Parts: sequence; structure tokens; C-alpha cells
Amino acid sequence: MTGTLKHKGSLEVKFLDYTLRIGGEAGQGLQTIGGALAKIFSRKGYYVFTHQDYMSRVRGGHNFYQIRFSDRKVSASRDMVDILLALDLNTIEIHKESVRNDGFILYDSETIKKKFERPEFIDVPFKKIALDVGKSSIMANTVATGAVLGLLDLGLENLNEILKSTFKKKGEEVIGKNLACAEAGYNYSLSNCPRCEGVEIMEPEEKKLMLIDGVQAIGLGALMSGCKFYSAYPMTPSTGILNYLASKAEEHGLVVEQAEDEISAVNMAIGASFTGVRAMTGSSGGGFALMVEGLSLAGMTETPLVIAEIQRPGPATGLPTRTEQADLLFILYAGHGEFPKVIFEPGTPKQAFYLTNRAFELAEKYQIPVFIQSDQYLGDSEWTFENFDFEHLIYNDYRLRKKDLEGVEEYKRYKYSDTGISLLAVPGEAGKHLVVADSDEHDEEGHIIEDDETRIKMVRKRLLKKLPLIKKEIEAPLLYGDPSPEIVLVGHGSTYGVIKEVVDILSRDRKIAMMHFSQVYPLPERDRSDYIELLEKAKLTISIENNATGQFSKLVRAETGFDFTHQILKYDGRPFSIENLKEEVDAYL
Amino acid sequence: MPTSEDYKGQVPAWCPGCGNFQILSAVKQALVELGIEPWEVLAVSGIGQSGKLPHYMKCHTFNGLHGRTLPVATAAKLANHSLHVIAVAGDGDCYGEGGNHFLHAIRRNPNITLIVHDNQIYGLTKGQASPTTAKGTRTKVQPSGVPAEPMNPLALAISQDCSFVARGFAGDPEYLKELMKAAITHKGFSLLDILQPCVTFNKVNTFKWYRERVYKLEAEYDPYDRMKAFERVLEWGEKIPNGIFYKKDKDTLEEMFPTIREEPLVRQKFSIEDVKSEIEKFY
Repeated sequence: MTGTLKHKGSLEVKFLDYTLRIGGEAGQGLQTIGGALAKIFSRKGYYVFTHQDYMSRVRGGHNFYQIRFSDRKVSASRDMVDILLALDLNTIEIHKESVRNDGFILYDSETIKKKFERPEFIDVPFKKIALDVGKSSIMANTVATGAVLGLLDLGLENLNEILKSTFKKKGEEVIGKNLACAEAGYNYSLSNCPRCEGVEIMEPEEKKLMLIDGVQAIGLGALMSGCKFYSAYPMTPSTGILNYLASKAEEHGLVVEQAEDEISAVNMAIGASFTGVRAMTGSSGGGFALMVEGLSLAGMTETPLVIAEIQRPGPATGLPTRTEQADLLFILYAGHGEFPKVIFEPGTPKQAFYLTNRAFELAEKYQIPVFIQSDQYLGDSEWTFENFDFEHLIYNDYRLRKKDLEGVEEYKRYKYSDTGISLLAVPGEAGKHLVVADSDEHDEEGHIIEDDETRIKMVRKRLLKKLPLIKKEIEAPLLYGDPSPEIVLVGHGSTYGVIKEVVDILSRDRKIAMMHFSQVYPLPERDRSDYIELLEKAKLTISIENNATGQFSKLVRAETGFDFTHQILKYDGRPFSIENLKEEVDAYL
Repeated sequence: MPTSEDYKGQVPAWCPGCGNFQILSAVKQALVELGIEPWEVLAVSGIGQSGKLPHYMKCHTFNGLHGRTLPVATAAKLANHSLHVIAVAGDGDCYGEGGNHFLHAIRRNPNITLIVHDNQIYGLTKGQASPTTAKGTRTKVQPSGVPAEPMNPLALAISQDCSFVARGFAGDPEYLKELMKAAITHKGFSLLDILQPCVTFNKVNTFKWYRERVYKLEAEYDPYDRMKAFERVLEWGEKIPNGIFYKKDKDTLEEMFPTIREEPLVRQKFSIEDVKSEIEKFY
């Protein structure tokens, strides 16, 4: 690894790169502790990457929340840990081997009823301090959070701010007790860590960083694209979008409806979109399976629709809280009949934000369904960014109302045109013009037909005329690293971060690059940037995917005829870590 | 004021003598008499012969999927509650494929009208049993007779405290039109189940069969009495009552969303400036 904890008197360290893993049972407050610490590091000016590993249960089991923070940009997780905060014995048993030689394990021997004597163990009586200082064992997590900060000697200012806002509604007394508990935990680990003498955390440059995860970025992207209607049925890991938009509904004038099932969710989004508002639905694989019929309805009725599909491993219920990129071909082929669609697969929360915005633009411009496909890994991962740049947001309202239709003698919802795109009028807001949509094949006005001539014309309009125009809107893949690489690591969607970091490591002595696709269907045209030619010139092209069959490779082969020289596939329900991807790539070098 | 001519749509492709013709004319007449203009109406339908009805009148139309009428209609109402939204469905469509949506539309109580063409048979797929077909009825698919009990959609709706529950008969278009007007003007989710003889596939529940049995609920009947409503809606056999069985005044779905109390969602302007501050919450 390129960074390490700085030790006084040890070799000079180039930059700081620190990993904290918080482990325990579901219900022990891992997310609260992890979320607060991630925010603190980010507010301190560190770049942060977090990821979550949790079981499909409400209480018990084993979960962890991992935070990597650095003074350089980080975009993936490492296997090796600098600090392990163990809230139960199980965490120590499972993760102690991952702790670096100069790392630390923070635990409470009284709570877990076991004492460890090795030097990396720091026994902090979380519960006892909580009882002594806060008069309640409930504040043990506040003590633990303070203890982590004390170990790093990062100060309590940011934690105090967070505690104040978290407990604002509970009153001064609760806030005061929590502040005291945090301080006691902080001081305890600061003064009871014999190995900490040499530890010095370099303060990063002062900068303002935002911290956001994948599903929040999709929700924020939707909100900032003028989405006014979101309907969904709760399903992990897509639920974050529903939660986010619901929390903004009242303030920003959205209608968010929890549907009785995903069939209803997609039909509701279509109904709202037909009636004139930007609408979106979201689910994960199993829920999306139910939406497929509705997807074709959007295709046939040419109703703009944005669908977020946040993957988890299938088939069926699969691993409900884990990650996989195994729905790409399902989404690609979803829907009966032939109609155009677009699939975006963001690689970072920032891409998720912009691609969601683009999804709304393309969905409405071409009156088609557009997918934001992601997965649990990216969905639950928090990243730090300097800013999201609003200037790049697009908002074109393609829907026509009364004044837009002045001069239109007779409005026809499916009027033939050179582009295949017909005027999209808003029912009830278009004067006396009537808007007729039909899932049956229809004439220009929208009424049922069965004749072959109209059918051919409608297929041309809906599909064949629009497709080449849509294809021109798709941007070339991102090339990162050597501009004429001998080795190309190719990824799509959530593997962006880990591939990028591996390229950083390997690029010191190799001509290596990453080619990352976030706009996966249709594949970009080759006229602006001939990515296939670049791949053909490379000696080694490795497609890296979080699935068992290399679905993206298949798509590339089917669309371009190009075959990658190698594939690295991971299908254990977990994301690639930097170490394991590097090891896999090394095997081919 | 609109006239019947304003609502004239395509030439219907229903079988001659079909009960759907009377339903179509009752809907059009009800809208005309209520003074509602075609551009103020959105008719949402599914698949089946009932699904074609909106094409045979003139108004905004969304003819979607089998069974999926209610989610589309509900969301359309949320998007623009100034529209009169009429959901048109068949018995297989609404009570079979769309059964789940039926239950939840009642729970949500959007201010929409649901008209169910209930002919107790699947017409378009040629004569299979529907959820309302009598137990024991023999069809090509159920040669030894339908093994399941028929559904009583009205009793189900009353059990779920549906805001408006009525039954009409295609053979009495004048009364049907009155029920239609009551359903359309009712605030909340109104169910109007219509006995609609299928002249091709249903040889039992014919116009004649119904004419011998159908009668109107008496003038002094109180539709706000839920227990009485149950009693009357379970009457089926020698005597079949028509009319408004049950009413309940309650808030509509649209009224439950604070964001659309002032103005329909579709008329609310969007500006990126208004939501920009949301990004600050991630720092």
C-alpha cells in the first residue's frame, strides 16, 4: 500500500491513508458510530471512502462499517485495517488478522467478557464510562466514538457539533451527558494507549468536502432534475432513494408514494409521467422483475420514465444485503417486444448524481425509459467530493402546455416525425387538445389499430428513428492512466474506484490504464473516441466484473465483436478490495 | 356546455347487443349532464372489452395494461387532481389480475371513479371463468365446473370501508346514468360495479335473467349504515338489489399530501435554484 500511519522517527511517509473498521451485531449502532466518524473525518478535510457489510437481519449477526480516510482522494476499500473498533467478541475473532502490525483494536473487556493482552489491544470500558459519566449504558457508543478520536488525537470539536444536532430534540441534559461521555472516552484512550506515543496524525489542508453515498446521490440527482413523483416498494438496497426523496417531499413539492407492490410502483410512475410530471421508480432485481411488464408499457406508450435498479445478488432473494453486478443483461433484455432504452451505470456518487440528471433529460427528450443501474456496494458507499457542479445540470422541459400548442390545429400524441419524436402534451393543461395513449398498437392519435402498414410506421417511429439519435447522446468511456496503454483494465459501474486505485499502484512501472463505462447501453459510437481500436492495440485487456458470467464482456462482444483477453470475475456477494483486485491482476502480468 | 356529440369517439368494435353499449352511453350522458368538458376528463383503462371504452368516447385516455388501471389512475390523480379521473375495468381485469391494486386503491381513497364492467366471464380471451363467475359454472377451462367461490366485490369494498359502493345494470341505462353521476360527483374513491351481460359467452347471466331479478334499493335506504349495507349487498339470487349500498365521507388521497393542497402537482414550477440548498446538507 502506498500510505501508512506516520510514526515519529520512522521512515518518512508520503501521505496518510488510514482504515477504520467498526464491527458488531446489527442493532449495536454501527451506522451511527460510522456515520458520525465519516462525517468528522470529512469535516476535518480528509478524503473519505466508506463501505458497509451487513447481514439480512434486524438484530444480531455480524456487520461492519469501514471508513478509509486520507489526505489523498480514495475510492475503494482496503482489506488491512489500522483501527478495529470491536463492539463484540465476534468482531475480534473475525477481523484480528486484518489489523496491521502497528494497528489498534479498541474494545471493552467488561462487555465482551474477555481480556486480550497483546499490545495492539486497547481496553476501554465503554459501558462503565457511560454509566459513570452519562448515568446510562446507552451512551457506550458515544464513549466509543470519542475513544476512536482520542486514539487519533483529532479533537472533539466536530463530534460535539454532531452530538448537539443529533440530540437537539432530546434537550440540554441529554446533550450535556453525551458531550461528557465523548470527552471521557476521548481522554481514556488518549491516556491509556502505550503504543500511541509515536502516533501523529497529519492534519490535512483545510477544505470543504461533501460526503454522500450512491443512493443519496441518485435521490439528490432526481430532486435537482425536477422529479416530482416517486413511487416504489421498499427493497434493499434501493430503499435509500425512497427514504431520501420522501424526506424532501414536503419541502420541495414532491409526491412520494409507497406502492403495494412493484407492479403498482412502475404503473404509478407511468401514470404520473403521462399526466405531465417528471416521475421515477426504483427497486432491486427481484422487485424490478415485477416491473418488466410496466417497462414495456412505457416503451409502447412512449412515456418518459426513469428507473433506478440497485442490484443485489440473485437469483430470487439471493443475498439481500450484499452486492453484485449480475442484472445487466436482465435489464438490457427486460421488456417484451422491441423498444429503445438507455442504461447508465455510475461509478461514483458524483457520476450517479449527473447520470440521474441525464436520465431525466434523455427520458423526456426521447420519451423512453432510462435506467440508473447500480448496486449495494456503490449505493451504500460514502465518498467525499469537493463539490457537485450545478452548471452541468440539464433541465429542459419537453412537455407542452396550452401556450406551446397555440397554432397546433389538431394534436396527435403519436404524430409521425423525422426524428420519431412526437409532441408531448400535458393532459388537461393543453387547452382543448386531447391526449390519448395506448398500450395496444395505435394510430397517430393514439387509438387502437391492427393494420400492418401503421404497425410498420409506428415501429419505425418509436424504435428505428430514435435509436441512432439516442446513440449519438452516449458519451465515450472514461480513459484513466496511460493514454496508449499496453494493459487496459476495463470496468463498468461500481468497480470504477477499485480499478482506478489498482491502476494508480501499477502505473509506476507499467503502461496501464483503466477504461470505465458508465453509459453502458447503447454503447457509445466509435467516431468521437475509438475505444475499441485502443483496446485492440493493447497487449492485455482485462474485463473486471462483479458477476459470474462476464455480462458486460458479452454486451461488448455482441455490440462490437471485441473480445477481452482476460476476465476477472467476483461473485461472492462482496465488492473487490484493492488488495484482492491487485492480486488477481498481478496473476496476468 | 358539452353535448353528447362532443363525447363521440370511434365506432365501437363490441358484439352486437353487448351490455357495454349502454355503459358507454351512460358514461357519456352522465358527463354531459354534469357539464364536464372532454378535456377535463381522463379515462384510464386496462385490457379487455371494457378497456376499449375510452377509445369510443372523446377525452384524455390512457389505455394501459390488464389489471393495472388503478395504479395509473391513482398516480394521474395525484399528478393533476383537477382532472376528473375515471378508471374503467372489467371483472377479470379489476378483481383478478388487479385484485391487489383494487384493495389498495380503496385504502388510499383517491377521488376517482371506478367503473367495472362485470359480465362474470372473460370475453376477449373467449369464455373462461372470471373472479365473479358462479361456482360450478362449466367453461372450456373449467370443464367440471368452477371450483372456487365467486368474489363479492361490493361486500369486499364495504368491508374495507370504501368511500362509495354502488351497483348498476346495463339493461337500465337511465338508472345507470344516475348512479354514474353520483359516483363521479362523490368525493373519494367510488366503485360502480355494473352487471353487464356478455351476449356471446355468458349463457346464464343474460339480460332476461337480470331483468327478472334486479330491483332498486328503496328510497329510504340509508347508505351510511355499514351493517345494513353488508346485509343488502349479500342479497344475490332470486332478488338482486341495485343502487348505492354504502357511502363514507373521508379525506381523499390528494388531501393527505400537503404538497398538492394548494395547486395540482403538474402546475408547480421547478427551478434548480429552489433545491440547490439541499447540497449543503451533505457537508
